[in-house]
Amino acid sequence: MVENRHWFFRLLPHVVLSLGVFIVAFPVYVAFVGSTLDATTIANGQMTLIPGGHMFENYYRTLFVGTSGTTRQPVLAMMFNSFVMAMTIAIGKIVISIISAYAVVYYRFPFRMAAFWLIFVTLMLPVEVRIYPTYKIVADLGMLDTYAGLAVPLIASATGTLLFRQFFMTIPDELMEASQIDGAGPVRFFIDTVLPLSITTIAALFVIQFIYGWNQYLWPLLITTRDNMQTIVIGIKKMIVTQDALTEWQLAMTTAVLAMLPPVAVVILMQRLFVRGLVETEK
Amino acid sequence: MAGVTLNTVRKTYQGGVDAVKGVSFDVPDGAFCVLVGPSGCGKSTLLRMVAGLERITSGDIAIGDRIVNEIEPADRDIAMVFQNYALYPHMSVYDNIAYGLKNRKTPKDEIDRRVREAAKILAIEPLLDRKPRQLSGGQRQRVAMGRAIVRKPQVFLFDEPLSNLDAKLRVQMRVEIKKLQKTFGVTAIYVTHDQVEAMTMSDILVVMNAGEVEQIGTPTEIYRHPATRFVATFIGSPPMNLVPGTMQADGSVRVGEAHFRLPPHGFVPGRTVELGLRPEDIVIGGSDNAFDMKIEFVEELGATQLVYGRLDGAQLIVQVPSGSVTGAGGTVRLGIAADRLHVFDPATGRRAV
Repeated sequence: MVENRHWFFRLLPHVVLSLGVFIVAFPVYVAFVGSTLDATTIANGQMTLIPGGHMFENYYRTLFVGTSGTTRQPVLAMMFNSFVMAMTIAIGKIVISIISAYAVVYYRFPFRMAAFWLIFVTLMLPVEVRIYPTYKIVADLGMLDTYAGLAVPLIASATGTLLFRQFFMTIPDELMEASQIDGAGPVRFFIDTVLPLSITTIAALFVIQFIYGWNQYLWPLLITTRDNMQTIVIGIKKMIVTQDALTEWQLAMTTAVLAMLPPVAVVILMQRLFVRGLVETEK
Repeated sequence: MAGVTLNTVRKTYQGGVDAVKGVSFDVPDGAFCVLVGPSGCGKSTLLRMVAGLERITSGDIAIGDRIVNEIEPADRDIAMVFQNYALYPHMSVYDNIAYGLKNRKTPKDEIDRRVREAAKILAIEPLLDRKPRQLSGGQRQRVAMGRAIVRKPQVFLFDEPLSNLDAKLRVQMRVEIKKLQKTFGVTAIYVTHDQVEAMTMSDILVVMNAGEVEQIGTPTEIYRHPATRFVATFIGSPPMNLVPGTMQADGSVRVGEAHFRLPPHGFVPGRTVELGLRPEDIVIGGSDNAFDMKIEFVEELGATQLVYGRLDGAQLIVQVPSGSVTGAGGTVRLGIAADRLHVFDPATGRRAV
């Protein structure tokens, strides 16, 4: 590093970084402040930048009671729905893609590469593109308004398969051969060697997919109609748009803040595992 | 305990590349067999076929009396040490060594006893709780050895196990591996491209080239009587000098002005042959088969020196004790004993005398 630079050039990175942090953090702060005020303060346009005194009241009401008009359900229940959906998607994707990547990398079967390319090509077909046929199938299977209907169609993942395939290809062949000689069959090798070595990749994928699942909007909007199946992202949207009543902004803001927490928690928790794995794992 | 028998073993890869072209040899029970050859000669493929990691295109491999062609690697009763050790990075040294026994449903206390015994033999007891990444190259090598000996297999297979170590450690491990093998009396097949390892470790040396066996024998036999020109130049350092000559009516070989008398043989006079002289067999001022060489260049090696010159146009390297020759430019009178001469047929590359 060059140490003796002009003060201006030492300051510049800090200014740019601070600006970036401000741009990202300010709306979050405003949402938090909104969640501590009472309804009339916001409705009258007296929004301040200093937190008000209604924080516990707002959070209690949001979590356990919900809005009076729009969502008719406590946000805790929505969070539970979102959590189930995000977890099912994340775990489902990891399980399916790690198994399919293992098959593609370590087994020699007819049309192996064809299978791989078929999986690969689905990258071009996200849910939005195939939404009608997917909806039709889910509806015909009677999975509307169920957790399975929310999660299963989003589980198939080319990204995960690809990621694991790339990782598996960096595991030296000698490890597999040593396992073979040590009397470990394909399943033993998978459980005893491949899985422990994949922990970091699994953690990374889990973070990405949990957030992907948590943030789903279009799909849950389509297939859930009952109040008790709505997810938190849908809930926020419903709270903001009201026909003939006042938007309960303080509750919408509280919900927004609550909606941020699980993804943040996942990132923080997994980051530790992720970093530890990066430092420790040696192939 | 069991020997290994290979009978016209062939390996043809998809696309028609012949990696191993019908190799047959026997490794008697308890012998240390080294496969040596340049890279791409098929020696590793052959070893992997014995291990069962590579399918045999045709031929038979037997361990003891049992043909193992269709038997899984785990059931062949072999243990293998890989070039990069292939230790399981997430398992402790103890678990690495114990893994093969665990998979064979060996009782826990038996595993413990055998792992500790192996660790004791290899002097890696203090390392049992460590992970492979915390070990040095030499220690990893020992763990890999531990994983092999703990199973008490019928055959040890080594795939260039020392090539990742530094020179000093390599010499030390070379001796240790050989000692261990003798202690256990287990048949071993060892692949290397290093001719020093090949010469020092082997009871039986198999020299391979381009998928075929060039010569099988004890290291001394192969050094003294190389069967082909390839073996002659591959084994020995610096390599054997080869100079073209003509067979004379009196049974000697003429190279330019020089005549080399050979032991009795039945070779046809008038034919062109290749005469082989090992640099270390040539002596200064010898009376046998004397010839003159103009010195072009001298390399000092400490104990010995390499003298470069020409004999009838062909380059000649002579290894003599240090201080025998000073500087380039002069001429030196050299000689070589008749029984140290090698004669090869230039057309087939086979040994003629």
